[in-house]
Amino acid sequence: MREGVISRRAARLLLAACIALGALPPSSQAEIPAAERRSSYELMSAETKAMQDEDSANPGMLWVLDGEALWNRRAGEADRSCADCHDAAPQSMRGVAARYPAFDEKRGTAVDLQGRINLCRTEQQKAPPLAFERQELLALTTYVGRQSRGLPIDASDPRLDPAVETGREIFTRRQGQLNLACAQCHDDNWGQKLAGIVMPQAHPTGYPLYRLEWQTLGSLQRRLRNCLIGMRAEPYGYGSAEYVAIEAFLMRRAHGMPIETPAVRP
Amino acid sequence: MGSALLAGALAGAAGQSLAQEPLRSFTIVGDAIPEPVTGQRGDPARGRAIVTNRQVGLCLLCHSGPFPEERLQGSLAPDLAGAGGRWSEGQLRLRIVDSSRLNPDTIMPPYYRTEGLHRVAANFRGKPVLTAEQIEDVVAFLTTLRD
Repeated sequence: MREGVISRRAARLLLAACIALGALPPSSQAEIPAAERRSSYELMSAETKAMQDEDSANPGMLWVLDGEALWNRRAGEADRSCADCHDAAPQSMRGVAARYPAFDEKRGTAVDLQGRINLCRTEQQKAPPLAFERQELLALTTYVGRQSRGLPIDASDPRLDPAVETGREIFTRRQGQLNLACAQCHDDNWGQKLAGIVMPQAHPTGYPLYRLEWQTLGSLQRRLRNCLIGMRAEPYGYGSAEYVAIEAFLMRRAHGMPIETPAVRP
Repeated sequence: MGSALLAGALAGAAGQSLAQEPLRSFTIVGDAIPEPVTGQRGDPARGRAIVTNRQVGLCLLCHSGPFPEERLQGSLAPDLAGAGGRWSEGQLRLRIVDSSRLNPDTIMPPYYRTEGLHRVAANFRGKPVLTAEQIEDVVAFLTTLRD
């Protein structure tokens, strides 16, 4: 009884503190505890898992092979290839994708892997940036991502905190005609069924990935765009700071989970 | 008859601007909207078609219900079976029009509200998910789900 009184008082104080700080308690419930985090790989059929696991069956490997060729091909006014600066990707790019988005000192912002590749294109190779969701950028990103396969995501860099917080804010904000927040499905209702399909936790471990529904390989930004359109919200532009912020938040949220690139999903 | 034809012709000609006309007013009493938003009750058969249509009602994305022909149903929200027994017509109406009036944290989209929404896609801006007529059809159908 007495405990009840104290806890009610504590709750009032907490609420008062939240109001004083100008922060209301989030409408979404808590984030997924580390022990309960699951890649949606675990939701897949044995056949689809085998498709991801066996390089000879994984269609994403076509982009890896293409990416390897692009890695070694000279481009731009500088007439330099990625390999001219970075040498062999299996060594130099090992673990890199597990740390992206990363903080860019020069710009003072977070940059995702596709953004970094295009910055190398424009600044080092003196070549035009590669177009989003087209073969070349997807292939190079998948090739670099492949070098981190099996390695744990490391999103601990505190300089990413502002981007992570922006991403968290977008993730938990309701938007679109259907007035939904990402967190309402992926934090609060994962495991439930949406139109008969099990709601995943939305971890970014496998991107770029081959989606059977797409009949092709696509980036995390393409997947985010799909969800926003489903919510009847205005999608952000490819390469926008908002997408990079969501990516940074999702990587922090999935910190420690292994990279699966190129994953396969239904 | 003549005025109905004229109204139909106007709707066809005006299209977009008519779709964005202000929402009709309604009165909330307790946890219900007792009176039809359109002034008259809807058609249950049309309501069933709206509920099971994945592009119009969207209901079965989250809900399941007594629709044996629909294979892919949701489990994010309560089963619609028996909804007409659990709730009165007016209670159902408010829960569809704007469930957030009853529970600010609800995942249920507001089906008849255009204010207070963020970043709505251009093709849906200023439009409710369902028209007032469609709301009444859905309410009329749900009241028939008694068990």
